[in-house]
Amino acid sequence: MPVHSKLEMFEDNWQTSIGGWFPSDKVILRGKDVFTELNDKPWMEYLLYAATGKESPKIARLMEAMWVICTSFPDPRIWNNRVSALAGTARSTGALAAAASVAVTEATIYGLKPIKGATDFLYRADQLLAEGESLEQIVKAEIKQFRSVFGYGRPIVGADERVKPMMDFARSIGCGNGKLVKLAFEIEEYLSGTRLKYKINIAAVCAALLADEGLSPMDFYHMATLAFTAGAMPCFIDTCNQQEGCFLPLRTSRLKYTGVEQVKKWRR
Amino acid sequence: MPDESVEVINTKIWRETPEADNPFAAAECFCSGYDVYGDLLKNASFIDYLYLLFKLEPPNSQQSALLEGLAIALANSGPRDHSVRAAMNAGVGGSTHASALIAALSVGAGNLGGAREVFHAIEYWQHCNTSLEEWQQLIKNPPQEGRVDVWLPMEHAPGFDSNGMSCPTPVKQTLAHLAEVGQAPYLIWLQENRQQLEAYADCPLAFSGVAAAAFYDLGFLPEQAEMLYLLLRLPGAAVHSLEQEKLGWRKYPFFANSFKLNS
Repeated sequence: MPVHSKLEMFEDNWQTSIGGWFPSDKVILRGKDVFTELNDKPWMEYLLYAATGKESPKIARLMEAMWVICTSFPDPRIWNNRVSALAGTARSTGALAAAASVAVTEATIYGLKPIKGATDFLYRADQLLAEGESLEQIVKAEIKQFRSVFGYGRPIVGADERVKPMMDFARSIGCGNGKLVKLAFEIEEYLSGTRLKYKINIAAVCAALLADEGLSPMDFYHMATLAFTAGAMPCFIDTCNQQEGCFLPLRTSRLKYTGVEQVKKWRR
Repeated sequence: MPDESVEVINTKIWRETPEADNPFAAAECFCSGYDVYGDLLKNASFIDYLYLLFKLEPPNSQQSALLEGLAIALANSGPRDHSVRAAMNAGVGGSTHASALIAALSVGAGNLGGAREVFHAIEYWQHCNTSLEEWQQLIKNPPQEGRVDVWLPMEHAPGFDSNGMSCPTPVKQTLAHLAEVGQAPYLIWLQENRQQLEAYADCPLAFSGVAAAAFYDLGFLPEQAEMLYLLLRLPGAAVHSLEQEKLGWRKYPFFANSFKLNS
């Protein structure tokens, strides 16, 4: 029988143009020498170049402000942060806490799904508008198909306190006047007049700001993946520094059992 | 005692009674009505308890045998598997043991041979059941999401190995065993129609496809199957990571000469 495989040509053969380490010599990222060509970049600019290939101090500064203003609330009640707080009270490690919080941030009601989804929605809405559909048609179709619109509405509270400070900052560096930002707020105006009364949330604002700078949904997603760590880490540190196990303990009566009451006997 | 306004955790799975001297410690724990430490501990097998946790009812003997067989089949994918390799990378670097399992879960969660593939494969079962025509149509015209997700779109028919040439012997052995011990209609149908389905998919059946059929026979929802697939594959990741930790990075491939940077 002839031996053949779809994978054979890749065996011990990884070809890439992303970059690599040449021991005792140099490190290359996307064709540039890290030690001589990228060595004076701020970390956010380096991350932007690593994740997207773009070199833009303006986008990096905008992104950095999003990380500060929008994604790193040091509150252990927020679900992803609470994971880090629990890791601290249970005396786990900081890296495990951060890894878990980052993973949990890939959520539906907040975090990375709305970030990626809102960017995608704004690009699609813009395209459909160009094809002649009305804003009302586009939003109604989105709600009908998906029962939600990423970037609009918010759990716990309606309005999003981050919108104004983020927009203020964006305008201070010359952003915030683009086509997709305008569209994002037009969609809010429409939605707030419907029975849903959805207001814009920070995912749509950030998505619009970055889309106007040319970032794709994947670009924003890759850049935002670590954005929540500055909120999670202080929650971990806080619970580490207090008595072990004392973070919001639950007594047995805090379980509200809704299953069968009857005690059953296991058959062997 | 907490008053009515106190926030609670609602659960159909678990009930506890407190110790007399400590309301923060449980004296009795009941899982779907069964006394976990007074009864199940002595009388139930691990696999039966696992089934009970997910389904809130005990398995019958065929269901128990089917889940047991699946658990053995999935327990170790071997050190060439992507998720096991991820765990070994934690091991050789001296990383925390939890990180090895996190690595295995993260890599083993995906669309290729991972838990997300099982999720999608069960969606295919829900849509097609045992209609070859439906399978052919769905594989030919896979569902489109309509909007982006954090998951990338599937790049092959779920449950099949896009890099495979023919159905590997262990996959066929597992399918045959599970179909027999579980008296499982979907696994039996899959065994009978495997080659036709492979022709539609243009690639061979994979472990993920057998697992999906087994989970479907057991009545698990796609999200339950996704979780169980993640859980059941962890033992191999754990032991291979521990083994490589002992051996160290010098005895583990670095692929020093396998890397080429293009300009």
